[in-house]
Amino acid sequence: MNAPLTPSVGQPVSRVDGPLKVTGHARYAAEFDIPDMLHAALVLSTVPNGTIAAIDDEAARRAPGVHAVITHENAPRLPYRRMSQRPQVDAQSGDQLQVFQGPKIHFNGQPVAVVVAETLEQATHAASLVNVAYEEDEAFTRFELDRGQRPSSGNEKAGRPAETQMGDADAAFAAAPVKVDATYIQPREHHNAIEPHATIALWDGDFLTLYDKTQWVDNDRKEIAHVFGIHEDAIRVVSPFVGGAFGSALRTWPHVTVAALAAKVVRRPVRVELTRRELYTSVGFRPHTEQRVALGAERDGTLTAIIQEAWTQISDYEEYAEVTLDPARNTYACPNVRTRYRLVEMNTNSPCPMRGPGVATGLLAHETAMDELAVALGMDPIALRLKNYAEKDQHKDLPWSSKELRECYRIGAERFGWAGRNPEPRSMRADGQLVGYGMATAAYPAHRSKASAEATLFSNGTALIRTAASDMGPGTYTSMTQVAADALGLPLEAVRFELGDTDMPFAPVHGGSITLASVGTAVEAACRALLDDLSHVIGADLSGPFAGLSADDLEWRDGGAVRRGGGEMVPFEKLLRELKLDKIVGHGTSAPGQESKTYSSCAFGAVFAEVRVDPDLGTVRVHRVIGAYDIGRVVNPKTAHSQCIGGMVGAIGMALLEQAEWDERFGRVMNSNLAEYLVPVCADIRELDAFFVESEDRIFNPLGVKGVAELGICGVAPAIGNAVYHATGRRIRDFPILPDKLL
Amino acid sequence: MLEIDEGQVRQSEAAYPQHAASIALTINGESCQLQVDARTTLLDALRDRLHLTGTKKGCGLGQCGACTVLVDGRRVVSCLTLAVMNQGKSITTIEGIGDGELHPLQKAFVEHDGFQCGYCTPGQIMSAIGLIQEGRTRSDDEIRENMSGNLCRCGAYTNIVKAIKDALVQGVDAPEAMRQAVEAIRQDAEKGE
Ligand code: FES
Ligand code: FES
Repeated sequence: MNAPLTPSVGQPVSRVDGPLKVTGHARYAAEFDIPDMLHAALVLSTVPNGTIAAIDDEAARRAPGVHAVITHENAPRLPYRRMSQRPQVDAQSGDQLQVFQGPKIHFNGQPVAVVVAETLEQATHAASLVNVAYEEDEAFTRFELDRGQRPSSGNEKAGRPAETQMGDADAAFAAAPVKVDATYIQPREHHNAIEPHATIALWDGDFLTLYDKTQWVDNDRKEIAHVFGIHEDAIRVVSPFVGGAFGSALRTWPHVTVAALAAKVVRRPVRVELTRRELYTSVGFRPHTEQRVALGAERDGTLTAIIQEAWTQISDYEEYAEVTLDPARNTYACPNVRTRYRLVEMNTNSPCPMRGPGVATGLLAHETAMDELAVALGMDPIALRLKNYAEKDQHKDLPWSSKELRECYRIGAERFGWAGRNPEPRSMRADGQLVGYGMATAAYPAHRSKASAEATLFSNGTALIRTAASDMGPGTYTSMTQVAADALGLPLEAVRFELGDTDMPFAPVHGGSITLASVGTAVEAACRALLDDLSHVIGADLSGPFAGLSADDLEWRDGGAVRRGGGEMVPFEKLLRELKLDKIVGHGTSAPGQESKTYSSCAFGAVFAEVRVDPDLGTVRVHRVIGAYDIGRVVNPKTAHSQCIGGMVGAIGMALLEQAEWDERFGRVMNSNLAEYLVPVCADIRELDAFFVESEDRIFNPLGVKGVAELGICGVAPAIGNAVYHATGRRIRDFPILPDKLL
Repeated sequence: MLEIDEGQVRQSEAAYPQHAASIALTINGESCQLQVDARTTLLDALRDRLHLTGTKKGCGLGQCGACTVLVDGRRVVSCLTLAVMNQGKSITTIEGIGDGELHPLQKAFVEHDGFQCGYCTPGQIMSAIGLIQEGRTRSDDEIRENMSGNLCRCGAYTNIVKAIKDALVQGVDAPEAMRQAVEAIRQDAEKGE
């Protein structure tokens, strides 16, 4: 008999897909070995606005190995049917970019042709032979605040309002004895996951298979079905591994259509693998955003006015908007709050969500302003935040389903050694460097969506769980295996979990940190359905050991069934064998209920950073970052920790390194590569640590979890900026904080 | 011998006779003959021709390290070297380090969660093997500095450093083991010629 199993939820289990990843056997989108596959190379526009006047593709067509050159002149017309309901991952207004359907150019870097050839080298060479002439129109390539427009109704409805007002913020601000008022800039940033976006398209008659890099196979299928005007059942999308995405693979970008279209034209499978440069215009980015934050307070630190205004860039064909101003409305208690949101149309490709979309941007400005207010008040930054602690979500006027942020401040400060901070700027030094301590609040709303899963128990005592979810790195494979193992009373090794295929039960988008709360509860439900079914069968088996018993009389543990209150465990193998069953299957669906209307759910954290600044050179090194987080129940402390420190690394980029260098003359990102678009490297990172406070949110969902990924990048960049202020006495409001800004 | 899809080789040859070249390499200890386009990088040859997709393409510009392999025991970004430049050389990829079970570094990466999405991971591990072999792992700072050619956008750096140190502490005599492995590969290559 097996030794009793300890529950695996809560244990720091190593990734179940770890061995596949470290041996190179995990298969990402571009790596499927498809016989007869051809390669594609894109030709991109070189002007920011205008129309194609002529395309000369003669030389490209004649180049060796070339099967087709597809342009708007010869491409089949695609129906691009409208969806009855826009998926949340798409822009909420405007029209997606249509590929090869007309001569209009919206931005520099727009695909104008694709060359399909026998090999990548041939395709790439032939693409260089395509000559495109343009008739240029005047382009909007400058970010001009006075061209800011109100979000359209689609975005207003999706929670991105042009204005909100609570109380009278302007009057309260004017009357406030202590105030700060400043403008903050966050530049355009790119996801730059290490795996480039790639799609392999393969038609078998009228049936299309796509091997794609996507955070949402089900929606990918739906989008392509609408583009081609075919039924969803005629498409399968496969995506078992995603090499990082951070939001860039939420929606279905034009290159997926290019792959499917090209494969249709040449009647062979085709792979489109975007180059690193192409990624800067072929998928989205975090939009350039400028914000004004004005805070007014009483002398004791009580906030009396919050005004936050944001201007952000959009493309001229779509209106992608963010929840940038949510943090202004619900992070702290304040009776007078006003926000204003404006969109600046430009000749650029469309932006899209990037880790912590909107919230990370809004918090960057808001949490820097809070630090400035603390300085103006002569108050400790933590004390200021506690003074204005939001006991409820004042914007929605709902109680929190759980909130342990006070504990986050306490534990974070303790682990960091905040008490050792001399509040005076430029007062602390070490090894000839200026030392700065800074902190900020992190918060990211917790959401849940409808999800489903299928659980199968086999007569050999193993189980298979399937759902069309995704794992771009957080550890979905592992956490779901843990949830299922506990639900079924099986050891981890006996459970296999599969995801990333439209043939599997539907799952929501793998984004917004919703996967565990949504899919995890569906997996648990599927396991429960399976066991309910099994208990019926064994209860009805009059000759069996559990004759006459019902689900309530049974427990499932150690790989089998036990009568509640004691008795011998009968292994699943034996039960199924005696019932002459090969397997037993359960289906589960879960969805948010009434609680989503009566509570506000959010994950919280307190982030502390220590920087060292060279007084002569202005170089900033992040010495350490420590975060204390309330993420609800922690299913896997090992992978959750990795998500948090991974978010910190991203945020170190946001604070100190990352920005697209935009050439206003041509509307182009100049540093479209990984040597000139700086991201943190190993030598930039020293000590990072994350702690989880005791928390469990059973109101939000039965698993008690909240969500981690987005939260991890929130609050870190302002904590670093605040530390730089403390070290140097210089307040940099124009991110990233480059050395020249400190000299 | 590595399995090569003959059909595809012929096809490629027919497609660009003017650029075709024939090369002999030793890959993970096995000799192999290959017809390649002279413009094909070692990375694309590994991934698309030999279907050794453990070596990753992150940028194709020598900037991310995802494509790191060992060429005659030295760390090389395989996207910056053409396949034809490696005639007669001995290539070690992530698929060739395990010897039936996980290499100590692979184990340490799993144990310390030295990755999230896993896409940069083979390159990180190959770089780490190179570092250990070069003896450039004497301090955390030295490891960090020398691993900085391998970007990890998921931000697993602190765990990567822990994994490398752990593999060292575990008494993995990686330098010696690697030297032997490289030597064996060399000898094989000579025999093959
Ligand atoms: S793919 Fe070779 S360094 Fe990035
Ligand atoms: S693990 Fe994703 S890039 Fe390193």
